[in-house]
Amino acid sequence: MFHLMPYRDLPADFEQRYHSVWVDPPWWELADAERVGQYYNWTLDELTYAARAGLDGICTNEHHQNAYGFMPSPNLMGSALAKATNGLDVAVVQMGSTLPTTNPPIRVAEEYAMLDCISGGRLVAGMPLGTPMDVNYCYGIPPMEQRERYREAHDLIIKAWTSREIFAWNGKYWQLPMVNPWPRPIQQPHPPVWVPGSGSITTWDFAIDHEHCYCFLSYFGWQAALGVVDGYWNRVQEKGKDMNPYRLGFLQLVVVSETDARAEEDYGRHVEYFYHKCLHVAREFAFPPGHHDWESLVAMVRRGGLGGLTSLNLREMGFRDFVKQGCVIAGSPETVRDQLREVIKRLRVGNLMVLLHIGSMPHELTLKNIDLFAREVLPHLRHIWDDEGWENHWWPQRLRSTPQHVG
Amino acid sequence: MSLATEPKGTFLEVWQGRLRVSVKSAGQGPPLVYFHAAAGLRWDDFLEGLARHFTVYAPELPGTGDSDPHDIYQVDSLWDLVLIMGDVLDALGLREVPLVGHSFGAMLAAEVAAHWPERFRRLVLIAPIGLWRQERPVTNWMAVPIEQMPQLMFRDLSAPAVQKLLTMPQDPEQLVMAQAKLIWALGCSGKFVWPIPDKGLKKRLHRVRLPTLLVWGRDDAVVPVEYAQDFAAYIQGARTLVVDGAGHAPQLEKPDQVLPAVLQFLQG
Repeated sequence: MFHLMPYRDLPADFEQRYHSVWVDPPWWELADAERVGQYYNWTLDELTYAARAGLDGICTNEHHQNAYGFMPSPNLMGSALAKATNGLDVAVVQMGSTLPTTNPPIRVAEEYAMLDCISGGRLVAGMPLGTPMDVNYCYGIPPMEQRERYREAHDLIIKAWTSREIFAWNGKYWQLPMVNPWPRPIQQPHPPVWVPGSGSITTWDFAIDHEHCYCFLSYFGWQAALGVVDGYWNRVQEKGKDMNPYRLGFLQLVVVSETDARAEEDYGRHVEYFYHKCLHVAREFAFPPGHHDWESLVAMVRRGGLGGLTSLNLREMGFRDFVKQGCVIAGSPETVRDQLREVIKRLRVGNLMVLLHIGSMPHELTLKNIDLFAREVLPHLRHIWDDEGWENHWWPQRLRSTPQHVG
Repeated sequence: MSLATEPKGTFLEVWQGRLRVSVKSAGQGPPLVYFHAAAGLRWDDFLEGLARHFTVYAPELPGTGDSDPHDIYQVDSLWDLVLIMGDVLDALGLREVPLVGHSFGAMLAAEVAAHWPERFRRLVLIAPIGLWRQERPVTNWMAVPIEQMPQLMFRDLSAPAVQKLLTMPQDPEQLVMAQAKLIWALGCSGKFVWPIPDKGLKKRLHRVRLPTLLVWGRDDAVVPVEYAQDFAAYIQGARTLVVDGAGHAPQLEKPDQVLPAVLQFLQG
């Protein structure tokens, strides 16, 4: 289960009154620290509940200066979750510490190793490039440097985990005289690495070449993802790799209720809150010049795609439109499991991530969604890839007995 | 306009052969070096005007214009960039030349001139960035939606030179490349100024011991005209020309005032 930890009580006219949900939403006007404390605790409780309910993994992630999802330090959350879930067969999926802005990047190697030790070897090590809003605006990294910094940080972290010798790191962005982190992870040679991406070809190549799991994080549904996902699998084949479905992670918004009609009643306004408010990102924050490399930039300009996160007009859309587009899979357990089965098969997803807390969803309703999903949907999805006989190399070794992972 | 001043493009292999820097040149007369603004080099009316009196050499920032887009990755820092421009001047065999820069290019000109004041004869800085007033910050032009750029850059959008600059190619493929190059150039120059265009120039500006002309539009919305005082305070004897009714590109918005003043200063 994926959780963003959004602000759950934005004003109804938020998207009309404010410039952006990210970077410059005014804290003092919009937020309340006591309430936020409650959200963090609910978030931890919801993820722990999901772990107890039988989901295979629980995910946190790093974002800054926003009401969309604000766990500036995912490892603080991950640490509480690792402790709370000891004894359960659940992976702690950190999606995760943003590499280009963690300084020096061996901090990621250290904190992830701590999480792996605390959890007894249950860590999945997400290695995100970070959004332009977080990395360029909130943390001040020049857009043109972001990808170079990412690659250097990645190489440094892997080497810090695996090297038997103490070494000097003489990088372009970081220099360290004696790298010798304490602790090292339990998982050897290192925890599985997941690389989140939004469809850029350079990220596919990076993930495939390093034998990492590529996770396509999109909020615009599986139909919209077809182009990217098919492109990814083509690339996997071009590079002569196997078609192991666990090479791919995919994020899907899911809401389950007793009936299709009840799902709309229960979740409709919270889904709309998410798309209308949480994704209200000012365009200039999402596309600073230099963030995309030259090849991706030319491709984007050619597609006329400098318009925003999506070509969908989110503000004009309502719950039924989001369901129709496949942005959210909603309904009775039967409806949801049928659609998810189709998504899994069509996209060839081994590691399905489900966003079960969405926008303004209150705590009790979130627990209901988790509960129905875990009891009525998840068992029907577990064995989809069994007949092909793949091993999930991108899952903690000690948790690999369960097939089809849903986190 | 006249094909007589259509610039000639050449490539200079510098930086131990790791860069092929594109240099555009045109005109007749003694040499002059021009550094372009953040959005890349456009051979505009101002350069045409200079080229009637000088042979204008305008190197393109590595990665921009006609150069290989990936060349930007060979330039690690502002320090590298200053020395690369030194390589370019060496390769052109230029000594004691006048140096003119606009906006980002004016910041670079000030950096290069602070490093090697003896290489230049005179310096013209048009709306330079490079300093910072906390209570009157420089606008982050990279954070402005691309369609709002013209309003930010120019006070007088009707000026013919501005209109010409804003005209994009008709051919769809040329338009794609022009737009991509413009965005890419902002990304390349952004590498040296993001997130705040103050990289310590204030500690180096006093070394610009050259006759210097500062040109500013009174309504500059990128670098407010107050910054002219700051530059003038650091550069001894600098003269300032403030142009009414102009924004961040006074040389294009009010060419009748700026070009003669610049020529007079350079030839004085």
